[in-house]
Amino acid sequence: MCSYLTVPTDIAGSAKGAQGWFNVTSAQVYFDHPFHAPFDHTLNIDFTDPAKGPGARVAVELSAESARRLITSITEALAAAGTAAS
Amino acid sequence: MAAPEEALSAGNVILTGADGAPINAYQARPAGDGPFGGVLVIHHLPGWDWSTKEITRRFAARGYNAICPNLYARQGLDVDPDDAAAATREAGGVADEQFVSDANVAIEALRALPTSNGKAGVIGYCSGGRHAFLTAISLPVDAAVDCYGAFVTGTVPDGFPLKVTPLVDRAGDLHCPLLGLFGNDDQFPNPEQVDELEAALKNAGKSYEFVRYDGAGHAFFSVDRPAYRPEAAVDGWQRIFEYFGTYLEA
Repeated sequence: MCSYLTVPTDIAGSAKGAQGWFNVTSAQVYFDHPFHAPFDHTLNIDFTDPAKGPGARVAVELSAESARRLITSITEALAAAGTAAS
Repeated sequence: MAAPEEALSAGNVILTGADGAPINAYQARPAGDGPFGGVLVIHHLPGWDWSTKEITRRFAARGYNAICPNLYARQGLDVDPDDAAAATREAGGVADEQFVSDANVAIEALRALPTSNGKAGVIGYCSGGRHAFLTAISLPVDAAVDCYGAFVTGTVPDGFPLKVTPLVDRAGDLHCPLLGLFGNDDQFPNPEQVDELEAALKNAGKSYEFVRYDGAGHAFFSVDRPAYRPEAAVDGWQRIFEYFGTYLEA
């Protein structure tokens, strides 16, 4: 399948890419064919700053199972931080 | 008879789009004087990647001039193909009008080669399958192969982020024979959508050949993915070369 669907969200933070650290302003989340990972489909996240051009991107391609584990890990880490992460 | 040498040369060329923009394209040409038919290879949504370039070389090894334009070239000629694909996706994809214009430039480049026999076909996989069909209803090509192209038929969901629309209403515009290769386990397009396309082509009196493989889903030609289905892929490649052999060779 090609889902074609993309779920974008605004973000604030930094990521380290091929040219070093840069601010990221957007995340594109989609479940579709990967470019590199050896799976039929992956949960892909592009952390980007569109204002800096296509190369300002940090990409991950995760199996569906590992993406779900990542959600759990993020949720647990934020919960453990308590009010500091509110 | 000696086995063919499959000698070829390949590399990037720069085309000029109708809007004046430079378009990088991967071109593979058989050794020898020809004349050779031409094949326009359309890459899939993940971009102008090595696997599509490998397919381009495969056609040259079999005696066709082949070219694969970078549909995302307007992101910059020096941008990594995966970054260009991501940026294009974020921008909503490539508009059909731009695709057709770029495809026309690539086909003209094929026909302008000194070894060309004047004929040109098109093949695409996944989103490129839809683009192959779009080429065949828009431009003067001699044969087309649609490998599991989604959204030729069916309904595009509300709020869909990419600039795609179904094309089945234009089946009457098809002006070359069409070979369609599909997996019966595919959901995009699913078998009912393939039925719809076949019915439209039949009603329009068009020349087509559809092959539907059991036990295969989307992207069954992809050799480096679990979706690869050797039986379907081997049979599919044989049919592709038979089809192009019929319609693209002088």
